[in-house]
Amino acid sequence: MLSAHNLQAFYGDFQALFGIDFEISAGETVAIIGANGAGKSTFLKTLCGLMRTPPESVTFEGRPIGGAPASEIVKQGIAMVPEGRRLFRSLSVEENLRIGAFARRPGPWTLAKVYALFPQLEDKRHAPAPSLSGGQQQMVAIGRALMSNPKLLMCDEISLGLAPIVVKDIYDALPKICAGGLATIIVEQDIDTAVRASDRVYCFMHGKVALVGKASELSHQQISTAYFGI
Amino acid sequence: MTEWIDTVIQGILLGGLYALFAVGLSLGYGVMRLVNIAHGDFIVLAAYFALAVVTSTGVHPFTALPVVVALMFGLGYLLQRGVLNLTLGPDILPPLLVTFGLSIIIQNVLLELFSADSRALDVGGLLTASLHLGEDLAVGWFPLVIFAVALALTFGLELLFAATPLGMAFRATSDDQQIAQLMGIRNRHVYGVAMGISFALIAVGGVFMGIKTTFTPDLGPGFLLYAFEAVVIGGLGSFWGTFAGSVILGVAQGIGHKIDPGYGVLAGHLVFLAVLLFKPTGLFARTR
Repeated sequence: MLSAHNLQAFYGDFQALFGIDFEISAGETVAIIGANGAGKSTFLKTLCGLMRTPPESVTFEGRPIGGAPASEIVKQGIAMVPEGRRLFRSLSVEENLRIGAFARRPGPWTLAKVYALFPQLEDKRHAPAPSLSGGQQQMVAIGRALMSNPKLLMCDEISLGLAPIVVKDIYDALPKICAGGLATIIVEQDIDTAVRASDRVYCFMHGKVALVGKASELSHQQISTAYFGI
Repeated sequence: MTEWIDTVIQGILLGGLYALFAVGLSLGYGVMRLVNIAHGDFIVLAAYFALAVVTSTGVHPFTALPVVVALMFGLGYLLQRGVLNLTLGPDILPPLLVTFGLSIIIQNVLLELFSADSRALDVGGLLTASLHLGEDLAVGWFPLVIFAVALALTFGLELLFAATPLGMAFRATSDDQQIAQLMGIRNRHVYGVAMGISFALIAVGGVFMGIKTTFTPDLGPGFLLYAFEAVVIGGLGSFWGTFAGSVILGVAQGIGHKIDPGYGVLAGHLVFLAVLLFKPTGLFARTR
């Protein structure tokens, strides 16, 4: 469904990604793990159009989309839950969700569906987004991405700064989210959470893929070697 | 006593005109964090547009108004897409420099085309018609019209921001323009529309200004200053705040003028400085 070939990314003169090859098929959940600065977030930013890259280095459903404007890529069906949630603070909870539907893609996700998935949000629908707890904000961020009815959902560090019980709640919702054949990329620093929730795992190190494999087949030893490089 | 009531009422009504100048500036800053130094010169430009339409076709200035509004909306959109979008970035200096340059260009082009003679848009009797409120208290119909229009446009703008998809896109882009793009919002287009609306408001203010008083090509910087002061007094994030700031500025100028005809503008500046000193976020700031 989506693949990256020899993908490179730069911040000015600083090279962050050195030729990433990546593949995800429809309905699959893929985790990307790696230490701080391994290039995980940069990779997602490149996929969703926030960083420049040559067109052919990313293909989505057979079309080259590398470096296309972010506002175009979301219309093709790739949605992002950004690191740190990044809710619109002058918008209410419901407005944050409704603006997620700005790309006008048809599909199963509606306000009612998102509220059914995260019932806590319905009571707070008119509250300003910043007044919510961290976990609830994360739910809004996920709901906002779902409202664009994506074929591919990318979640950047959704467990960051949240209590373990809240993280569990959010990851418990993941199977329901993916039930409709949605492909998901999860970027995580929490290895156990990521491996448990995913079908396949990529481990990034220093802007390169250090390890790829099925989540069920990778040993702890392999992962920690790829993660720490020792 | 009546004299002072009269002064305050005239000041409030003058605030209506300043509100027309200021809400556009507030919009541009609110959505794009862009301070348009040529804002005042575009107000004057709009008045000259109206003058050109009126003198070439002989229509009433009120008939020319929609033409000027449409023209200015287009100009604002194209200016944003073609020039100002290129200046936006982490550095705040480029947009200031570019709009400062535009300010000088507009003043000189107007001077070249229309000379330094003062001009006016003629609406006949409406300008002097007044409504008698008491024995020696009267308000002009035209200032009342300006005030009502400013009130209606401010209300409309608040409604646009609060209750329409476009308004939501404005607020989202203002909050976080990167994430707004991830929602499918084309931020460059949104900026263009915001500047277009800002210019449409300027057009109304410019034409009314041109009817109310005579104008020359060099008035722009003064109008920019009044608009800027109104925005700062009112505080950012709310058009009603800007409206209130405009009225406060108008009343301050009126009272200053009453004390001594030379003190009008100065009194406005003093109120502005007092607000900066004691409440730098403005009197009615809603955000940040």
